[in-house]
Amino acid sequence: MVPLNWYIGLSAVIFVIGMVGFIVRKNILIMLMSIELMLNSVNISLVAFSHYLQDLRGQVFVFFIITVAAAEAAIGLAILVALFKNKAAVHTDEIMEMKG
Amino acid sequence: MNIPFPDLRPVTPEIIMTLSATALLILELIFKNKGVLAFIGILAAAAVMYIMPASMGETFGGMFISDSYSIFFKFIFIINLILTILISLRYIQRQKAEYGEYYSLLLFATAGMMLMASAKDLIILYLGLELMALSTYILAGIKRHDVKSNEAAIKYFLLGGFSSALLLYGISLLYGMTTTTDIYKIAEHLKATGVTTTLLLSMILIAVAFLFKIAAAPFHMWAPDVYEGAPTSITAFMSVGPKAAGFAVIGRVFYTAFQNIQTDWTTILIGIAILTMAVGNILAIVQTNIKRMLAYSSIAHAGYILLGIIAGTTEGLNAMMTYLFIYAFMNIGAFAIVIILDRGEELSDYEGLAKNRPLVAALMLVFMFSLTGIPPTAGFIAKFNLFTAVIKAGYTWLVIIAVMFSAISAYYYLRVVMNMYMKEMKQEAAIHLSPSLSLAILITVLMVLIIGIMPSMVIG
Amino acid sequence: MNPQIDKMTPGSYIPTDYLPVLIFMMIAVAFGAGTLLVGSLFRLRRPYKEKLTPYESGNPPVGEPRYRFSIKFYIIAMLFVIFDVEAVFLYPWAVVYNKIGLYALIEMMLFIVILLVGYAYAWKKEAFKWD
Repeated sequence: MVPLNWYIGLSAVIFVIGMVGFIVRKNILIMLMSIELMLNSVNISLVAFSHYLQDLRGQVFVFFIITVAAAEAAIGLAILVALFKNKAAVHTDEIMEMKG
Repeated sequence: MNIPFPDLRPVTPEIIMTLSATALLILELIFKNKGVLAFIGILAAAAVMYIMPASMGETFGGMFISDSYSIFFKFIFIINLILTILISLRYIQRQKAEYGEYYSLLLFATAGMMLMASAKDLIILYLGLELMALSTYILAGIKRHDVKSNEAAIKYFLLGGFSSALLLYGISLLYGMTTTTDIYKIAEHLKATGVTTTLLLSMILIAVAFLFKIAAAPFHMWAPDVYEGAPTSITAFMSVGPKAAGFAVIGRVFYTAFQNIQTDWTTILIGIAILTMAVGNILAIVQTNIKRMLAYSSIAHAGYILLGIIAGTTEGLNAMMTYLFIYAFMNIGAFAIVIILDRGEELSDYEGLAKNRPLVAALMLVFMFSLTGIPPTAGFIAKFNLFTAVIKAGYTWLVIIAVMFSAISAYYYLRVVMNMYMKEMKQEAAIHLSPSLSLAILITVLMVLIIGIMPSMVIG
Repeated sequence: MNPQIDKMTPGSYIPTDYLPVLIFMMIAVAFGAGTLLVGSLFRLRRPYKEKLTPYESGNPPVGEPRYRFSIKFYIIAMLFVIFDVEAVFLYPWAVVYNKIGLYALIEMMLFIVILLVGYAYAWKKEAFKWD
């Protein structure tokens, strides 16, 4: 059996990749994908914990996270489509109208 | 195994709120007159407010709790909802954003906040948070043909998504340590196991997520842009509701689940509170757009309110709740004045307003005084009450810092007053008066003055 | 804390079961990289214009390779993502349906009614219309 620490390590690595991706990349679609990556790393660790602790709550939580993430992605894309219709840009540097 | 039917009485407020929001979505397809929807929304909110005191109790296997703490916060959310509907009625027509979904989403967001305040389980907490957040993302971008509104929505969305991912990672670590997501059981478990690095990491992740929501520095970067770009009525909604919900959760989770590391999180929050007050008050000075100024002012207020959490006493928590209650009225009032003016988004638009529109200027004066904390307004009572509680808890030096920053805040609030009363008028200021907006302003100004004169109404 | 976790301190575990997989992956990577390297060392380089055009079954390529998809695809994709993923709640419900009885049935009906409200809304807003 694969030990728990490996799963937690994998989840931590994916989470950090997502976090760095979110901070470093400027393309909104990539940033959105980075957030999804972070959420899925959480799913990995929750399922691993749930399996090793013999407790189903973790998996229940994962169901909710998956569905909410889908709704979140849909809303993010919808806002992006609205933005793109008004201003053909998906790059954060190009859409900055306000600052200060 | 037959699962017993859960006791639905404690959740009736949430059920009514969600059902009304869903009904509004359908009615939106039928009614051409969107004012009807606003009216239904207010009726639903009033009904919820009426039945709320009777909804004490726990249900869904202890995942949901309705106690006096959550009910007080729910009052703030519903007042926020009603006032927002009142100030938006005409405004969104003027802004060409009159979609029926607007009211439905406001109700959904409020239902989310109510769930957050009542969550006894981290799963419910997350669901409430996302219901609130997803609705407000759309509301921020509801002027969909306006680039600024789109930009506000996308910024709010990206940072909100990022912060909820941090929250989830913190929760997953907590679950791994304790085998449960129940806040009270987590507390018991952590008392037995003691302090570990993982626990501190998970606490920091959860704290950062909620500091994002209440716009505390250094996690405040999104707030000014989002507040400026979103429709003003939604800015008013966002500056009160999600902030109060964030504080409700910080109060419950930190005081129960993280009780055994109270010294650790108090140290972190003291740093955050000082930084937040500094950033909010100092950057507000250089703003020329009043919505941005109010955004920084709301950041500064988040800093003051955090002191109530830091105090670590029941008195501190009570003072924090009173502060949020009063803050709802004075802040929405100030935004209502911004809405009533045809051109009211720039500070220069207020020059000479007193000669032109003396009543509007006088009302703005009351709200600015209240936000500064000058007696006899409610803002003074809020600050006085909070600072007394914090001093009693032994943080006198922190209160001295807060009072100093309050003094700085007088500069930018009173600059609006100075613009109105001491500058020459450049042009006639047109106003858009409507019965609902007048009602909202009347309610807010009366509450600000009455609480200011008779503080015993809310304290104790 | 669960005793199972305490046993598994880092480094106490030797993943012999996965060693063949690791070796296989290393061979796969080495083979891919190796063939590309050998090819680049020995092949001739004589480029001319026709040779550099993208291969499209022998026909000369027409138009730009990158073009925008119609925005309608996004709307369909968004609706698909939502309605598709919500079905995840049906699986655990269906597995234990016999054990939890009427309560679960009512709960699931409520859930489906809410989904139907969303569906009716999308339909009425003409989200499914292509033109």
